[in-house]
Amino acid sequence: MNDMRLTRRDVDMNDIKISAKGVQVHYGDTHAIKDVNVDIRDKTVTAFIGPSGCGKSTFLRCLNRMNDTIDICRVTGEIALDGEDIYDKRVDPVQLRAKVGMVFQKPNPFPKSIYDNIAYGPRIHGLAKNKADLDDIVEKSLRRGAIWNEVKDRLHSPGTGLSGGQQQRLCIARAIATEPEVLLMDEPCSALDPIATLQVEELIDELRENFSVVIVTHSMQQAARVSQKTAFFHLGNLVEYGDTEQIFTNPKDERTESYITGRIG
Amino acid sequence: MTETSMNTPSGSLFAQDERTKKRNAAEKRFRMFGLAAIATGLLFLVILLTSILSSGLGAFQQTFINVPVYLDEAKLDKNGNRDIEDIKKVSTFGYNPLIQQAIFDSVTEQGIETPLAKAKDMKALLSASAAAQLRDDVIANPDLIGQTVTFRILASADVDGYLKGRVTRESVARDKNTDAAHLDLVDELRDAGVIKKSFNWAFITGADASESRPEQAGMGVSMVGSFFMMLVVLFLALPIGVAASIYLEEFAPQNKWTDLIEVNISNLAAVPSIVFGILGLAVFIQFAHLPQSAPIVGGLVLTLMTLPTIIISTRASLKAVPPSIRDAALGIGASKMQSVFHHVLPLAMPGILTGTIIGLAQALGETAPLLLIGMVGYIATDMPDGFFGGFLDPNSAMPAQIYEWAKRADPAYYERAWGGIIILLVFLLTMNIIAVILRRRFERRW
Repeated sequence: MNDMRLTRRDVDMNDIKISAKGVQVHYGDTHAIKDVNVDIRDKTVTAFIGPSGCGKSTFLRCLNRMNDTIDICRVTGEIALDGEDIYDKRVDPVQLRAKVGMVFQKPNPFPKSIYDNIAYGPRIHGLAKNKADLDDIVEKSLRRGAIWNEVKDRLHSPGTGLSGGQQQRLCIARAIATEPEVLLMDEPCSALDPIATLQVEELIDELRENFSVVIVTHSMQQAARVSQKTAFFHLGNLVEYGDTEQIFTNPKDERTESYITGRIG
Repeated sequence: MTETSMNTPSGSLFAQDERTKKRNAAEKRFRMFGLAAIATGLLFLVILLTSILSSGLGAFQQTFINVPVYLDEAKLDKNGNRDIEDIKKVSTFGYNPLIQQAIFDSVTEQGIETPLAKAKDMKALLSASAAAQLRDDVIANPDLIGQTVTFRILASADVDGYLKGRVTRESVARDKNTDAAHLDLVDELRDAGVIKKSFNWAFITGADASESRPEQAGMGVSMVGSFFMMLVVLFLALPIGVAASIYLEEFAPQNKWTDLIEVNISNLAAVPSIVFGILGLAVFIQFAHLPQSAPIVGGLVLTLMTLPTIIISTRASLKAVPPSIRDAALGIGASKMQSVFHHVLPLAMPGILTGTIIGLAQALGETAPLLLIGMVGYIATDMPDGFFGGFLDPNSAMPAQIYEWAKRADPAYYERAWGGIIILLVFLLTMNIIAVILRRRFERRW
C-alpha cells in the first residue's frame, strides 16, 4: 500500500485538532452514532471509511454542526475544536462553520460567476478590505484549489458551466477562501470521473500543508492514497481508528479486515 | 427467462404476436383519447373566443353625427355680455332645440325627403348626452356663442343599433321613440356622410352612464378602480405572502402548529370568494368603518383571497431550490438568513413572480366578493379625485362593471358587457404573458 501514496510531506502531525468524546447521534428513533471517541490531528488527512449507512457522513456533519439544520437530529457527547466544545451553548454555529469548511458529495457551485462563488465567503465574513484585496483572495483560493489556470480567463462566466471535476475543485477553492482550519469532505469524488478524481486527490494532499482534512470515502484505494489516518465505521460504531498503513495492512478488528477484503459492505 | 416470454411462440420478428397487438392497440386508443380531449378543449376555446369577439367588438365602434350647430346668442346668452354665470343658467333643455334644428337643417340641405317635418322629430336620433356635451363646450369657451360650430355628437343607441344590425324595422315597430321613418332618414344621412361609425375611445376611457344612455357608457372609471385595487393587493399580498412562505419553508420548526397552519392555508385557498366578501363587509366596513364601495376595501378583501395563492406558489418555488445550494451557503459559514436571501430567494424569484401575477390576475377577474362591499351596483360615473381618492372614493371594478351592464334592460348594454369582457381578457392575457416572459427570463439552471 505504501507505494500507492502520493507524496510525503514534512509537516507536524502531532497536534490534535478535533477531539470527540462519547458522541451519540439520534435521528428520531434511530440511533445513528453510538459512543464515538476519536482524535483528529492537525495537518493530517483523516479518512472515514465504512459501508453505506454506517454513520460516517453523519459523524462528519457533526463536526461543523451541519446536523443542526435537521430538526429530528439530536447530538450528545462532546466534540472539541482546539479544546473548545463546539456544542456549547455559547458557540454560534455560523462562526464555527467559517472555521470548519465543508465540501459536499455533489459539486454545488452557486449559480453565479466563478468569481462570485469564491468571493461570497470572504464577503460575508468581511475578510477583504477592498476590491483589490478580494481579487487577491479569489486568485489565491483558485490557485490553491488547483483550478486557476483553467478558469483565469473566464472568472465572470457562471460556475455551473464548468465540468464536474472543475466544479468540485471550485467548491474546494470556495471552501478554503474563508481560511478555515479544518476542511470536511463528504465523498468529494463520488460524482467525478477517474481523471478528475486524481486531480482532486492530489489537491487534497496539498491542502494538508495548511489544514486538517477529514474525508469520507467509499473507495478504499482513495483512503489508502490520500490519508494518513483512517477510521472504520460500522453500524454506527467507530470500530477501528489508526494509521492508514496499519488499518489496511494489519487491521486489529475482524470487521475491519472483512470490510477491507470485501467480505462485508 | 420469465414465464410469459417462454410462452410466446418463437416466430419471426416481423409478425406481431397477440400480446403485442393488444398492447399497441391499447396505446393507440389512449393516444386517440388524448387527442380527442385536446381537440374538444380547443373547440370550446374557439367557440368562446368567437362568441366573445362577435358579440363584443361592436362596443368598440360608435355612431356619431357630424353636424354644424348655430349657437344662437338669443337662446344661450340673452344679455349678450358673455357673463359665465348667465350662460350657466341655461340648462341642457336650452341646447336641445339648437341641435335638433341643426340636424333638421342639414337634412333639408342634403335634399333628403322625409315625412319627419319638424325639427323636434330629430330628437330620436340624438343621444341624451348631446345637449350636455354642447353645454360643457360652451361653458368652457363662451366665445363660441353666436358662431356656427361643427360638433361630433353621439347618436342615440337606437341609431347605433340600427347601423350595427341590432335594431331592425321589425323591432322598431314596438319602440315608441323611434319609428321606420327615422331609420330611413338614418340610411340617407349615412349615405350623405353626416352619420358615421368610428372607433370609440370613450368606451375604453369613459365613465359609466345611466341606464337610458348606453351609447355613452365606458369602462374607464372602473378600470381605474381595478387598478387601485390591484395596487393594494400587490403591495400587501406580495410582501406578506412571501415573508410568510419564507418563514414557514425555511425557518419554522416542523411541529403540529406549523402543520395546522399549513393545512389551513391550503383550506383558505379553497374558500369560496363570497365568504371573503362577507368577511370584508363585517371587518373592513362595519367594524373598521372604511368607506363603502371603495377600492381600498376591495383591495383588502382581494388581498385576503390572493394570499393563499401567493403563499402556496412561493413555497413550491422555494421547495424547488435544491437543498445543495443551502448546504453550500451554510458550509461556507453563511447564516440561515444569508443563505435564504443571497441564494435561495433569487433562485425562487421567477416562481414567486409567476405565482404573484397569476394571483393578481385571479383577483382582477373576481366579482363575488365585490358584491358584498358595494362595488357591484355602484354606478361609476366620475373619475376618482387624485391618488388617495383612487383608494377611498367609491368606484366600481372591471368585472363588477361588466356584471352591472349585463343586468341592464337595454340590449345596447348587452354589447357593452361583451366589450368589457374583451378588455378584461386583454388585461388577463397581458398579465399571463408577462408571467411567462418573467419565468423564461429569470429562470436559471443549477
